[in-house]
Amino acid sequence: MAASLVERKASPAVPAQDLVREIEQATRFARRHVVSAIYHAGSGHPGGGLSSADIIASLFGAELNLWPDSINDPDRDRFVLSKGHGAPTLYAVAAHYGFCKPRDALRLRRLGSPFQGHPHVGDLPWVETSTGSLGQGFSVALGMAMGLKLQKRAARVYTLLGDGELQEGEVWEAAMCAAHHRLDNLCVIIDYNKLQSDDRNANIMALEPLAAKWRAFEWAVAEIDGHDIPAILSTFRRAAATHGRPSIIIAHTVKGKGVPYMENVPQWHGSVKLTPEQADEALRALGASKEEIKEWLDGSDL
Amino acid sequence: MAATSEAPALIGTSGDSLREAFGKALSQLADEFPKLVVLDADIAGGTGVHHFRKSHPGRFLQFGIAEQNMMAAAGGLAAVGMLPVVTTFAVFCLRAIEQARLSLAYARRNAKIVASHPGLDVGPDGGSAQALEDLAAFRAIPGMTVISPADAVEARLATRAILEFDGPVYMRTGRSAAKRVFGEDHTFEIGKGRIVREGSDVTIVACGVEVARALEAADLLQAQRISARVVNMATIKPIDGELLARCARETGAVVTAEDHNIYGGLGGAVAESLAATRPCPIEFVGVKDVFGASGEPEELAEAFGLSAPHIARAAKKAVSRKPRKERR
Repeated sequence: MAASLVERKASPAVPAQDLVREIEQATRFARRHVVSAIYHAGSGHPGGGLSSADIIASLFGAELNLWPDSINDPDRDRFVLSKGHGAPTLYAVAAHYGFCKPRDALRLRRLGSPFQGHPHVGDLPWVETSTGSLGQGFSVALGMAMGLKLQKRAARVYTLLGDGELQEGEVWEAAMCAAHHRLDNLCVIIDYNKLQSDDRNANIMALEPLAAKWRAFEWAVAEIDGHDIPAILSTFRRAAATHGRPSIIIAHTVKGKGVPYMENVPQWHGSVKLTPEQADEALRALGASKEEIKEWLDGSDL
Repeated sequence: MAATSEAPALIGTSGDSLREAFGKALSQLADEFPKLVVLDADIAGGTGVHHFRKSHPGRFLQFGIAEQNMMAAAGGLAAVGMLPVVTTFAVFCLRAIEQARLSLAYARRNAKIVASHPGLDVGPDGGSAQALEDLAAFRAIPGMTVISPADAVEARLATRAILEFDGPVYMRTGRSAAKRVFGEDHTFEIGKGRIVREGSDVTIVACGVEVARALEAADLLQAQRISARVVNMATIKPIDGELLARCARETGAVVTAEDHNIYGGLGGAVAESLAATRPCPIEFVGVKDVFGASGEPEELAEAFGLSAPHIARAAKKAVSRKPRKERR
């Protein structure tokens, strides 16, 4: 498995169809896993988890130089989920790619489970650092990128931020710092679903003009549809080829993507409790069969 | 009362500041610790790491005036195997304490925070700059080791010790020229308190600049026929509970002395420890839950109750609170 992914990473900017199909498969699995895990947990953040599934699956499925047997390799690429409340998606994608067992990752937010409500590196080494306080994961990723450069390693660092997270002052400290130090091994992705905890970004604290802000900070800026997997993959490759400055991918996404009753409704930011009916409807919308739904919603072994 | 105490251990009346001693030590240790990197937020001249900037510019990382990013970035540097030392003023460590909590302590990073300009020792810059809460705040973070050396010699030794130690550490240095307490033969071990002057009637447990003042207080007390033991408790967490219990047993009364709020710092740590092992009368010398003010450090120590006469008065009070049969 590892060898074939190495080849993919070296592949040209237009990704192969079978790779895109495989990642689409991963996102389908991840979305169902996210809904089921939050259902079983009785709480969690489904909206932002569903909006970021295509980005995280693309990272693990093609971009990251990272495999379950390389989580201690100093030359591995790093991914930091700075929007730590998106943990269920990270767990689901990681489970799909063999970093943990899918059923284990359904034991979300429970006493004794390493799958905490927000990622903790002390429980799960492959989450790279503990997050959950917005802004910090970005700075930690920056520190990793700095350290890897000092060690003259080729590894890259990716970090996913929420859009509401950009209201943290620390984000702009890090934005200035990464550009100043020309950290071209650092790539930030914004899950720009336009909604945050209480309301639309625009009503809480406006972010626009967002791309212009990052350009003014001297970052290489790309704006893409965050659910278009070929676009995500080729933008990652372009970012990796950028020299002398850090890259940011502003990924326009739909909060609650894939579950119509959640899409673009701020109330599904979480933390919410899903009823069996809501979980059933969500899984149906995500294409799960009756048999599969029964399996997903069966928590008897959790 | 025991009439004899050993001669005061104060070696001189002035000396290097702890921050200069720390900065010079970092430079000297850099070759021995090849992963060491020093993080600065535009106050290298203030924290003493200008020495390191000059000697090892490639390992000196400038973060600008942005302590939150610097603190969390140290977590990332440690995560990829570097040995980061975050340097800034103690008040700005408070600004970034949540980053220290999540990205250093909770993430179990081997990163060090070294804070200059703690307490009233800051002097003329005034109340806004005088961190009197840092020991309490950092002590409350699980897994965080908290250290406050007494003089320049100990600051130098502690610098090596924290680099050798595996885990997150918060260490105070100091702004002002500090009195010398220790000779060149001094040794330092994290987690170990040290009796720096023997005595039998009361134990003064001090850290930082208050160790020198405690020794002066012991002189004042000796003139009043009270034999005061002085303990340098340079590690506030983990506190040396064994030594505290022994001192409480042998002297029957304790005074804590620190350039910090009387709540939650050394005094709190000592009281928590003795409450569980060997309860005895304890008096707390420190800033009494107020903010500081501008002034020279010695003036401030007098005005806010941190000077040697204040420690001596607290010691007499602690002795007077002993159960009658113990007072002799």
